[in-house]
Amino acid sequence: MDIFQNILLTIATAATPLLIAAMGELVVERSGVLNLGVEGMMVIGAVCGFAAAVTTGNPWVGVLAGIAAGAVLSVLFAVLTLSLATNQVATGLSLTLLGIGLSGMIGESFVGTAGVRLPSLSIPYLTDIPLVGRLIFGQDPIFYMSILLVFGVTWFLFRTRTGLTLRSVGDSHKSAHALGIPVLKYRYLAVMFGGACAGLAGAHLSLVYVPQWVENMTAGRGWIALALVVFASWRPWRVLGGAYLFGAVTIGQLHAQALGFGIPSQLLSSLPYLATIIVLVLISRNRRLTVMNTPASLAQPFVPDR
Amino acid sequence: MNKFILGFSTALAVVLASQAQAADKFKACFIYVGSKTDGGWTQAHEAGREYAQKELGDAAELLFVENIPEGPDAERAIERFARQGCGLIFTTSFGFMDPTLAVAAKFPDVKFEHATGYKTAPNVTTYNSRFYEGRYIIGQIAGKMSKTGTAGYIASFPIPEVVMGINSFLLGAQSVNPDFKLKVVWVNTWFDAGKEADAAKALIDQGVDVLTQHTDSTGPMQVAEERGIKAFGQAFDQIKAGPKSQMSAILDTWGPYYAKRIKMAIDGTWKGGESSWDGLKDGILAMAPYTNVPEDVKAMAEKTEADIKAGTLHPFTGPVMKQDGSEWLKAGEVSDDGTLLGMKFYVKGVDDKLPE
Repeated sequence: MDIFQNILLTIATAATPLLIAAMGELVVERSGVLNLGVEGMMVIGAVCGFAAAVTTGNPWVGVLAGIAAGAVLSVLFAVLTLSLATNQVATGLSLTLLGIGLSGMIGESFVGTAGVRLPSLSIPYLTDIPLVGRLIFGQDPIFYMSILLVFGVTWFLFRTRTGLTLRSVGDSHKSAHALGIPVLKYRYLAVMFGGACAGLAGAHLSLVYVPQWVENMTAGRGWIALALVVFASWRPWRVLGGAYLFGAVTIGQLHAQALGFGIPSQLLSSLPYLATIIVLVLISRNRRLTVMNTPASLAQPFVPDR
Repeated sequence: MNKFILGFSTALAVVLASQAQAADKFKACFIYVGSKTDGGWTQAHEAGREYAQKELGDAAELLFVENIPEGPDAERAIERFARQGCGLIFTTSFGFMDPTLAVAAKFPDVKFEHATGYKTAPNVTTYNSRFYEGRYIIGQIAGKMSKTGTAGYIASFPIPEVVMGINSFLLGAQSVNPDFKLKVVWVNTWFDAGKEADAAKALIDQGVDVLTQHTDSTGPMQVAEERGIKAFGQAFDQIKAGPKSQMSAILDTWGPYYAKRIKMAIDGTWKGGESSWDGLKDGILAMAPYTNVPEDVKAMAEKTEADIKAGTLHPFTGPVMKQDGSEWLKAGEVSDDGTLLGMKFYVKGVDDKLPE
């Protein structure tokens, strides 16, 4: 029965970076900003996390470096789109290109270097419980952070006054501005939070998922995170469901292949995408709810009138 | 003022002279599909270019451009090189085949070499490496080292090159353990460290104790190292990712070939329209040191390597059955190159259905 736990652990590892990056982007989009640079911030987080961990020998320094790198890159995006009111879609796309190029340059001397793994939790007796021990008490710290993040973001957005204000900024920046809410300040902080999350997701890739640096190692995960936010109609728990569903089908299809079921591998490879889209579309069928959840000012530049 | 003009014109003359000199030098140019530090396929080509540059010294200038996607961009990149005065252009990915031929038709005086393709022209040759020879050797090692008698194979795309590799690996393993089984997982990508690692974990969870791959990242090697099983490197020595796991690796050593071909282009003996498919004996591929294996296994691998080099052993020698049990090669019969290059079937013992 150990294989059962192993499969669940692999699914959690595959889902965690998607969940973290998507959670960050959810907050960004709830504030009315569309940052398509998730992939770029993620890959910068991965390379900086790896470089810092290898140089200092301490994976925790790597985690912090990944978070910081993602946040710094997102400030660049914020300055351009918020202060200079550039087109958010174009700026986000260039941020991704910049991130991929820059990470290749930073990482050049780290290719092939042995990585440092962020140690998994180990609690005497509890971790050794059969079937669920390692699943609940024996995973890497970033996994626990990702779960806390879902609780935290839900609580913040829907149970705090600041969260309510952030959502109002995302729904109608003009009204928020008229009420005296500092729209740009909220958006700056939201974008930086999104950058930090993308950086953490990247650090998970290079410190936990595969502790090494290879160029472009995010391989499109940032784009999947972006899609998850939309398909989850900007609701945190649906993002969690979507990320784990995606992870489960990804890992499941690999096992199905190894078992030799004889299903065409191209079909199996596309299953995670199909399944996630179908399920999330089905649960978002309620139009009124979807419209209610969509940030109404998403991707619209805001220039305060003086 | 006069002094200034004099100084300026001298500087200009020097610049012009050095440019003229650079123009005299023969230029050979390389188009890479990936990054030159990918730790696999492209890095191996880059190592080959550096080797050739060292070998040729001042006789030629070797340029490259990296991260060129297969598609319309490739044609533009190749054409830019042709306009820049490159005498010989190496296009180092299968998907560059049609773009190479399109540009070659426009520049009949420029020479082209396309890696792993099958279309030639009066000024286009193709070159390839008999990777399957290396895969036979690592298959034999797997057959000796696996306790479960099952190896895992992480495959990229169901093209003949990859299918040929799977079959050769399995035939090698079956030559020492006739009941050897192979589990194949297709990841439908050449390069995604995370996904390759996931595939490795899935295979290990299902009981394989030797891993091999036809994808380009070191992800699977890393997983093998962590789970304490054995694995083989791909295209490049991956011993750093798996110091206790890597038993050997198939190394792409393009350098001598590149040096030879550029020399031929310079002295005028280069001919178009040819296809070369070199193997271990020509030095276009090599085996990484046999590590983490007992002495007898190492000796066996070295003997097989020597036999293949000497031409006394061909991995695809009968009797060989296809997966469905029908006969492919009669006893003693050796497969012809055409069948290998178009291979679309498994041999007996593969636990997978070949994607169409």
